[in-house]
Order: sequence, then C-alpha cells, then structure tokens
Amino acid sequence: MIELQGVHKAFGKNRVLRGIDLTIPSGESMVIIGGSGTGKSVLLKCILGLVHPDSGTILLDGEDVETAARDAFLARFGMLFQGGALFDSLPVWQNVAFRLLRGSLKRPKAEAREIAIEKLRRVGLKPETADLLPAELSGGMQKRVGLARAIAADPEIIFFDEPTTGLDPIMAGVINELIREIVTEMGATAMTITHDMSSVRAIADRVAMLHDGVIQWTGPIKEMDTTADPYVQQFIHGRAEGPIEAVR
Amino acid sequence: MSVLAPLAALGRVVLSGFATLGRIAIFAGETISHLLRPPFYPKEFLAALMQIGWFSLPVVGMTALFTGGALALQIYAGGARFSAEAVVPSIVAIGMVRELGPVLGGLMVAARVASSIAAEIGTMKVTEQIDALTTLSTNPMKYLTVPRVLAATLAVPVLVAVGDSIGIFGGYLVGVNRLGFNPATYLKNTREFLEAWDIISGLWKGAAFGFIVALMGCYYGMNSGRGAQGVGRATKAAVVAASVLILATNYILTEVFFSA
Repeated sequence: MIELQGVHKAFGKNRVLRGIDLTIPSGESMVIIGGSGTGKSVLLKCILGLVHPDSGTILLDGEDVETAARDAFLARFGMLFQGGALFDSLPVWQNVAFRLLRGSLKRPKAEAREIAIEKLRRVGLKPETADLLPAELSGGMQKRVGLARAIAADPEIIFFDEPTTGLDPIMAGVINELIREIVTEMGATAMTITHDMSSVRAIADRVAMLHDGVIQWTGPIKEMDTTADPYVQQFIHGRAEGPIEAVR
Repeated sequence: MSVLAPLAALGRVVLSGFATLGRIAIFAGETISHLLRPPFYPKEFLAALMQIGWFSLPVVGMTALFTGGALALQIYAGGARFSAEAVVPSIVAIGMVRELGPVLGGLMVAARVASSIAAEIGTMKVTEQIDALTTLSTNPMKYLTVPRVLAATLAVPVLVAVGDSIGIFGGYLVGVNRLGFNPATYLKNTREFLEAWDIISGLWKGAAFGFIVALMGCYYGMNSGRGAQGVGRATKAAVVAASVLILATNYILTEVFFSA
C-alpha cells in the first residue's frame, strides 16, 4: 500500500503540491487525473524519490520511502515514461532487459535476452524487434517497448506516466487494454497519471482528481460519472465553464 | 535607478560564479567518490575510451602536425634575429611536450568531447532517460559520469604523447625540408635537450585536462535546461568552461612544475 500524507513540493515560488493526502491500496489500479501542469508527474516522481518533497510523508507498506534502502525499494517498481525514455544507444532487447543485465537482478545474458523477447511478445511485438534500435520504432512501438521494460523484472508496483500521449486513438486503445491486462494478470499495484478519459475508463479501479496542489476528489471509477464534485464534472466533460480556470 | 544598482548586478554575477564553482567542486567530489566504489561499468568505460581516445586521434594529430611545423618556422624566423637558428629542434621539442601538446590537445578534446558528452547527457536528461536509469536501480553518476571521466583522464595523456611525437615530427619535416637542417643533427638536438620531466609534466597536464573536459561535459549535461535550447546552452557552457579551466589549470600546473 502506498500512503501519502501532507506532501508539499514547491519549485521556487511555484507551489506545485500543497498537501497531498492519498492512499493507494495494494493490487488496485489508481488513476490520477488533472490538467496539464497540475503536478501529476511531480507527485509520481516524489513517490519514486526522483524529486524530494519539501514536507510530508510517503509510506510504502508502512516504510518511509525517504529512508528505505534505495536498491531494494526501486526493485519493487516498474515505470512507463511519457516519452518512452528508451536508451538510444542500446538495442530494444537490452532496453527491456536493462535491469536484468546489471545490479542485484543480474542474469546470464542469454537468459536476460530470452526474458526480454518474452516480454516483447507479451506487449504484442515480434522477436525481430529485439535487435532494432529505439530510433527505428514508431511511437506506438516505443510505448510498447517502454511497457515491456516496465514489467521485465515482474515489479509489484507499476507507474504509468501519460501512457497514451502522442498516440492515435486506436493505438491508445491498444495500450490501455495492454496495461489493464498486464496489471490484472500480474496482480500489481498500478498508478497512472493521465488526462485522457479513455485511459481512465479502461485502466482505473479508483480515480483521484488533482487540482491546485491537492486531491480534490477520490473514489471508485464507477462513481466518477455520478459524483457531484464540480471539478471532476468539469474535467471529465471537458467544459470551459466551471471552478477550474481555463487559460485562453 | 539606484547608484548601487551596477554594484548589486556585479555582486550577483560574482556570487553566481562562486555558486557554480561550488557546485562543480561538489560534482567533482561525488565523481571521485563514485570512482572508488562499486558497481563499476567496464563496458561503458571501454565505449567512452574509444569515443574519447581513439576517435580524437585524427583531430589531435592534425593539430599537432601543423603546430609543430608552424613552431619551427616561427622559432627559425625569430632566432635569426640573434643568430640562434640552431635552437629550432630543441625549442620545438620542449615547446611541444611542455605546453603546446597538452594545451592544444586538451582544447581540441574539449571542443570535440565536452560538447558531445554535454549534448548526449543533456538530451538524456530532457527525454527522461536519466530518470529512467534511476528507476532501473542504476545510479546515473556511476553509469554515465564515472566511465567518461575515468576514460578521459586516462586517454588524454596518451593523446598528448601521440600529439607530442607528431608535433615534433611536424617540426622535423619543416626543419629538414624547408629550413635546410641536416636530418641527423635535427634529431640529435631534439634528443639532447629534451628531459624526461619535460615529457612527464606534459602527460600530467594531459590527465588533468582530460578530467576537466569530461567533468564539464557531464556536469553541464546533467544540469541541462529543458528542450533543444537547454541542451544547446549546456553544450556551449561545457566547451567554454572546459577551455577556460584548461588554460587556468595549465598556468597553475606550470607554476607548480617549473617555478624556480
């Protein structure tokens, strides 16, 4: 279980997170929604320790993430980055098996390659893709490779940062379905940040709405359409009028 | 506008300069500390050694060849004013191994390597590849900075040694073919007046310059701003900082090595 208690983070005068309280139960898929620049990515990076919060506590199974043993902590996570963040200089299979080729999870090269090809197959890519370089792949294929890398070491927790950004609606649908299937079959805890409502409906067990640096609303996906919360209603229906100020 | 405004502006620039120096010193300290602790990444080190050492050979060699030739011409023309043309071989050799070999080699490597390291790491930063490394339990300092800094520190002295030899050869070619020196006499004079410390001091300078070049590339790459403009600024800053630091360090090392 991931628990955030009173998390604050500011960059200079810009107070991005102003007291985040949120609980993500184990095995659930939580989707954080909110407009661009509301701090969704910062929140996710705070949990991973890529950004250090100014105050507040982040607990993973009751242990403070700031004091947890770093390698063991990170070994529990997988992450799909918004742009894929694939390493340009490495072929696809070495990107997928990156964690399996070094560090505490190191395996023999042949075994790591076999696992990478299996994971590529799981995300719908052919084994021939394994020896290509990331630059030779389309945007959708890069996302799939990023997804394969995120699940390569069978993590307990997977983060998805804007998984469908930049994809056409059909490819976005394919990625959403893949994420849902993989999270369900692995029994992993998932946290996704997105402003794509089709992703929210496909992936989420629970939804949290981030606005003005705080969680404005959180609840099960089935309550999202019926909630009276004006922020959620404005956001999911894409209305210009409402409590969320639209910059024109 | 207050009369103190220019002073305040000057103060801000000075403070910002010191702050940057401090951050670079901390970055250098962290690099050295990671250099001594596992895990190590030998493949990344060898790749960096190829990039920094082997692929810099042509540019360093060409620079040294023409510099050695020009030096011979200059010393000959200058020496003729007080009938000291005979010193050409020894001055070319001493000038190349003590100063021009390491400094010009360092500057050429700075132009070629600091820029490419800063651009590569800066691009990795803006495309979240550095964050990805961290989430994959890999310390970016150990994986990106340490191999490059170690490779440059070891490769640049070798480049300097090669550059010294080619530079002296350039002087020899001009001395023998253009200035009419006897080949055997030219070589004898080169050998006679060159001391081991002249060569060794140049190699130490090369090691220091290699460290500076890679460190600046990595520092500015890791601290690159967002987007293409951020990477461009980081690249420019890395080359400028590496070049200025090489010249400043050269003066300090020359004082240390040769002050009476």
